[in-house]
Amino acid sequence: MSWYELPTSDIHKMAVEELDTSKLLTNAARQRDERNYKDLLIIDVDCHHYENESLREIVDYIEDPVMKHSAQMATTGGTGVQTSFLPGLVGYQDIAGRVTRYPLRKSEKTPTGKVHRDVTLTLRWMDAMGVDYVCLFPTPMLAMGSHPQTEVEVNMARAYNRWLTENILYTESRIKSMLYLPFNDPDATYKMVQDFGDKKGVVGFMVTASRYAQVYDNAYMKTYSLLEELGKPLAFHAGYNWSDPILATTNRFIATHALGFTFFNIVHCANWIVNGLPVRFPKLKIIWIESGIAWVPWLMQRLDNDYKMRSSECPSLKKLPSEYMREMYYTSQPLEMPDDLSVLETTFKMMNAETQLLWASDYPHWDMDLPSKIYDLPILSEQAKRNILGENARSLFNLDTSPRFPK
Amino acid sequence: MTQKEIFVAHRSEFKERERKIVPHGNTEIGVYRANGKLYAYQNLCAHQGGPACEGLLMPKVEEVIARDQTYQGQKFNYEELHIVCPWHGWEYDLQTGEMVADRKFRLKKYEVVERGEDIYVLV
Ligand code: FES
Repeated sequence: MSWYELPTSDIHKMAVEELDTSKLLTNAARQRDERNYKDLLIIDVDCHHYENESLREIVDYIEDPVMKHSAQMATTGGTGVQTSFLPGLVGYQDIAGRVTRYPLRKSEKTPTGKVHRDVTLTLRWMDAMGVDYVCLFPTPMLAMGSHPQTEVEVNMARAYNRWLTENILYTESRIKSMLYLPFNDPDATYKMVQDFGDKKGVVGFMVTASRYAQVYDNAYMKTYSLLEELGKPLAFHAGYNWSDPILATTNRFIATHALGFTFFNIVHCANWIVNGLPVRFPKLKIIWIESGIAWVPWLMQRLDNDYKMRSSECPSLKKLPSEYMREMYYTSQPLEMPDDLSVLETTFKMMNAETQLLWASDYPHWDMDLPSKIYDLPILSEQAKRNILGENARSLFNLDTSPRFPK
Repeated sequence: MTQKEIFVAHRSEFKERERKIVPHGNTEIGVYRANGKLYAYQNLCAHQGGPACEGLLMPKVEEVIARDQTYQGQKFNYEELHIVCPWHGWEYDLQTGEMVADRKFRLKKYEVVERGEDIYVLV
């Protein structure tokens, strides 16, 4: 055996021949039982499935006949190398196979039958972790904002959203989603909210952050108004794009990831505030997803400091930028864990974590967090833990949790 | 307190670069045979509690820097093997159980004994 075969040969030597999520998460289930999560509402505001595995089903939902033909050909035949309907990203999320659920994912067995494989897999890890409800997002589509053809983003977004609502959200009420918005086309974005805003399981809408759209463009105002009227939050889901000119200067994925997954959201958040959008849409709830939280005090301090000198550039604002940021929502993952917990404590205080922070796992992605990340923190009160793990999300999404917790 | 022995395997059934996982109470112990030695650690990662011993065993990756400080690539160091937790990739030095990126974290280590043809861990 050559050492170069080690990753794969060692994987094949694993106790299980194929991946079994429940077995991989045995220790998570132990945490669940030791901490008695069954009495605790846990809502995961950001987790994923791999929609690429259902791509053939999804492209059948494309409405434009010419594009649908093209997508079907690319998916069933094509060169087999790549499909332009789900562009991949250069990257090493699996740490070269070290995070074994990546290379082994396809080997996991699920029963054939009525229940979609993605529902089965999602419920498997939810149950192991003790999670009651999730907000499910796609994976490769997170990169769709950098697709050069806006019409591909629009068509794929509609096809995916139709497929997701009909096959996943309608069939499993513990799985919710904030639907993908084709944000590079403001009119199609508006229509998406109009058409899907009242669908079962749709608790909001989501913009993938790695793109160059200007969130303050007048073309988006009707969408924000509609969302505000519907009472549905707007989320920005972080992502990276290694081809972005500044990220292209990084040569190790650790830097690409650590920076990429924060700075697109930081730019959108700064633009959102200095253009006075919180003043124009005071009831619209904004969620920043998957950037961790260490950036929040950083941006608050930067903007407040500049604002005191340059308030003439953002005359709409009626209070400090940080005060608007304190009214926004943030998902916790990947929660930075400084050795000195007082740093985290200060961050929580600055962002009003007790009411604004939402636990998220990001499972099955490589830097996932378990509920214990919050539950075990000695710096949080019991109530704060309950809020962050589930209660904040319950009120934000106005979720009826009585099926899991009958009165 | 007297230590208990947990049977791991017969020596002939435990080859170089192999790992066995044996149950111990509410958890497990991962036993490794590598570079001619035996090691045993609790199957519980110091990060988020993942099954550290159910992942890969990888040689350490090292940077190749020339005398003039120019970067020449990377290589594997087969003398230093790492237990890699499959949940997020924390790497532990097989010899000590210390987490290589921050050595204050470690896996709980157990003693391994060989008696005759049999291998045991002491708990
Ligand atoms: S639990 Fe082991 S690396 Fe995270």
